Amino acid sequence: MAYSNKVLDHYNNPRNVGSLDKNDPNVGTGMVGAPECGDVMKLQVKVNPETGVIEDAKFKTFGCGSAIASSSLATEWLHGKTVDEALAIKNTDIVNELSLPPVKIHCSVLAEDAIKAAISDYKKKAALNTEAVASN
Amino acid sequence: MKLPIYMDNHATTPVDPRVLNAMMPYFTNVFGNAASRNHEFGWQAEAAVDKARKQIADLIGASEKEVVFTSGATESNNLAIKGVAEMYAEKGNHIITAATEHKAVLDTCKRLEKDGVRVTYLPVQANGLIDLNQLQSAITDKTILISVMYANNEIGVLQPIAEIGRIAKSKGVLLHTDATQAVGKVPVNVIKDNIDLASLSGHKMYGPKGVGALYVRRKGPRVQITAQMDGGGHERGMRSGTLNVPGIVGLGEACALCQAEMPEESKRLAFLRDKLRATLEKQLDEVYINGTLEHRLPNNLNMSFAYVEGESLLMGINDIAVSSGSACTSATLEPSYVLKALGAGDDLAHSSIRFGLGRFNTEEEVDHVAAKVIDVVKKLRELSPLYEMAKEGIDLAKVQWSAH
Repeated sequence: MAYSNKVLDHYNNPRNVGSLDKNDPNVGTGMVGAPECGDVMKLQVKVNPETGVIEDAKFKTFGCGSAIASSSLATEWLHGKTVDEALAIKNTDIVNELSLPPVKIHCSVLAEDAIKAAISDYKKKAALNTEAVASN
Repeated sequence: MKLPIYMDNHATTPVDPRVLNAMMPYFTNVFGNAASRNHEFGWQAEAAVDKARKQIADLIGASEKEVVFTSGATESNNLAIKGVAEMYAEKGNHIITAATEHKAVLDTCKRLEKDGVRVTYLPVQANGLIDLNQLQSAITDKTILISVMYANNEIGVLQPIAEIGRIAKSKGVLLHTDATQAVGKVPVNVIKDNIDLASLSGHKMYGPKGVGALYVRRKGPRVQITAQMDGGGHERGMRSGTLNVPGIVGLGEACALCQAEMPEESKRLAFLRDKLRATLEKQLDEVYINGTLEHRLPNNLNMSFAYVEGESLLMGINDIAVSSGSACTSATLEPSYVLKALGAGDDLAHSSIRFGLGRFNTEEEVDHVAAKVIDVVKKLRELSPLYEMAKEGIDLAKVQWSAH
């Protein structure tokens, strides 16, 4: 299978590899996929609670080159976006940007799921914090 | 050292230049039809075919009258299994095979099941070998054929064919073995191993593609098969079709070379394979060998690199030609059924790489391959959330994954 130049670029120079402190109340963590399916993505966002802007995003991915590229690209796009803007990222945007072939579309779906899971985790934490502040 | 490096010799092998040399005249000057009985052109072609028949028979301990030429191992497997099922239909309708067979055997059996043949697919143990007790107890008075491969094409394990042969003989059941990966690599002897039918292929042993053979025993017992292709009655009625003379000459020469060089070559390959394995095991943690090392082809190494997905590993070692059991590299998007049958878990199947060493691989190439694999595995583990979790002491088997 031939890979697009953009997939190769993300595979060879993955952006934003790493982990954020998952216990930080401003960090949301999304983990999607399963080892027996051959891909697992962990994607994390750090949100500024004042502005709702994503200030940092990191990923780690177990999966094929297209899965690595999809998650790498996702973190790149997340930087500087508001939480609502981030939720508007669609898997088809990733497919188009990376020219993914049909058999690799699930990689982009997984990346979209990872974004949504990370933001939902952040929102859950933020809601808990608000409750905690309110009950004080 | 020339890049890329070819280390996928279970998929196919290059034609040895000596084989090509032997074949060349039969494309041009000596172009006769081996079935032309009344002129020089035909006689020359027939003489060349007879010589090749002898070379093939010698390599497997058979007599030349027991060699039937085919287009390759897939056809040989089809001919053996369907041919026996049809010929012995009155005796019984039960076939025993193994879960890790090549698709040419499994799909042939599945086809026969549609026609009312009953097939038992024996599971394999964690080491990749069938359990002989299970084989014994699977045999019924309706069993006509046992078909178990000699060496596995993915994990290289050698099934206990001699023992299987003894069991088959004592029960009066025929034994077919797909010996495609074994012939020319390890000693195969149809007499000692009590084999009744054996499939082999030219392009797995430095011969040309498009030619293979089926060994069909003639004595003790005399095995009969129903032809699956109708025509001029070539190959004593078992396989019609004008003989592929240059291909057959190449197959014969390939067999002769394998026979002459096997003792030294198998030692050399085992040394290279063991060096590759030792280097990878020394430099990387959590690597697993798939299948037993004790009963194995000297040129096969099938290893899983935990927490790294196979296709991404192949992408990183792109100047090396190997293959992976990962779903992403298969047409079906399913991980290798052979590795799954070992029961090690799908995650290790996704992380597997098959190294198939061959006649033209050098120690320098092995060193390059080892260094490159180590480098890329380390890089991909830095990228792997699973490796991070495992290092944190999380038991991945207990994690609730979100299936997709």
